[in-house]
Amino acid sequence: MLRVVSISSPALAGATLLLAGLFAGCSKPLGGAENAPAPRPQPAVEAADAGERRVVVDNFRFDPPVLTVPPGTKVTWVNRDDVPHTATSSDSPPKFRSRAIDTDETFSHVFSQPGTYPYFCAVHPKMTATVVVK
Amino acid sequence: MSDETKKQRNGGDGIDRRGFLQCMAWVGTAVVWRMGSGGVLTSSVLGAGKPEEAAGDFCFAQISDSHIGFTKEPNKDVTATLQVAIDRLNRLKTRPELVLHTGDLTHLSRPAEFDTVDQMMRGAKGGPTFYVPGEHDVFTDDGRAYLDRYGKGTKGGGWYSFDHRGVHFVGLVNVMNLKAGGLGVLGGEQLRWLEDDLKGRGSSTPIVVFAHVPLWAVYPKWGWGTEDAAQAVSLLKRFGCVSVLNGHIHQVMQKVEGNVTFHTARSTAFPQPEPGTADSPGPLKSVPAGKLKSLLGLAQVNYRENGGSLAVVDSTLE
Repeated sequence: MLRVVSISSPALAGATLLLAGLFAGCSKPLGGAENAPAPRPQPAVEAADAGERRVVVDNFRFDPPVLTVPPGTKVTWVNRDDVPHTATSSDSPPKFRSRAIDTDETFSHVFSQPGTYPYFCAVHPKMTATVVVK
Repeated sequence: MSDETKKQRNGGDGIDRRGFLQCMAWVGTAVVWRMGSGGVLTSSVLGAGKPEEAAGDFCFAQISDSHIGFTKEPNKDVTATLQVAIDRLNRLKTRPELVLHTGDLTHLSRPAEFDTVDQMMRGAKGGPTFYVPGEHDVFTDDGRAYLDRYGKGTKGGGWYSFDHRGVHFVGLVNVMNLKAGGLGVLGGEQLRWLEDDLKGRGSSTPIVVFAHVPLWAVYPKWGWGTEDAAQAVSLLKRFGCVSVLNGHIHQVMQKVEGNVTFHTARSTAFPQPEPGTADSPGPLKSVPAGKLKSLLGLAQVNYRENGGSLAVVDSTLE
């Protein structure tokens, strides 16, 4: 069975937007709050010692967004999302750069020098955060 | 919301109600878009298994976001679903003359993942496959593994163009050198190349542009857009028929801007939420059992020389 929808020229732009909305509506029941992250078993990560601080990557956010540490601190990122992320220095050239951090994997970097270190996720550049060393 | 409510709310817009309601009842047997020469846009909803309804002078297929290497919910076997897409492509009555893969071939840019994609796409009976990278293909090594494999004969970060049966195809790369807080980006070097590539071509030349991240602002908050896309579109505006095919957002969307029509394709791996309907663009995990394949898919594009019309048929995998 073939169903045809015809839209004449003057209404083109508006009608196209409308159709986009309709298609969005088609899959509505699968979206929304149902996508909230499910509780996940805690990964086996070694306990942090006094010189280590943790940044948790969850739901496409770095937590905490600003981490302040003394010089010499080892910062470890833990990815709790179902997709890979990175911790990549925003500076040019980058002052540190992780490999792909997949689900429940970690990456560590020791910050020796005082300074402000903005970074982001190279897969999802809208994810940004900062390590402040002082 | 009931179908009846939708019917009332959208009254007076000239849309065929039965076709519309059939669409709402199902998420994606197939949708055909035909751009006619008189500026008339025609949409058809096809029954499942009949994507070849839109005839044309020749046809090509689009596969996107295969994410080989992804192993989580809602799809722990993305190899199997890519194979379903390839099998479906191989069964089309009108054999595609080429295949476009619009990026995120792999999930983690690993050599074994690239190997799998390469071997599987060799099984597609649709002429050569042309690739552009997604951010998942380049983020660990600035694209070296991708370019080693697919960069031959391309420029810069892997962009290129070619002609097929009078249609000019342009593969653009907007996932390299991403900046903190930014969107996809083409960059000055690529835009200069594009200007040069299009120079001297008659405005009646049909153009198909393909790139991973949408070349329009679908939802910048989630990175679903390209910062300097407007500069590329301004170079394309003088052409009478331009189709822009993207992936990245794992769902079908269309937009028309003058003579430029934008389409995004479904993923063969996992669906993502509609813009703004979730906290993040992460995979939709709560797909009801048995419904996954209705949210994955591929696109078939039929080109008809007479009038330069082009129809995109988005098919799901079931």
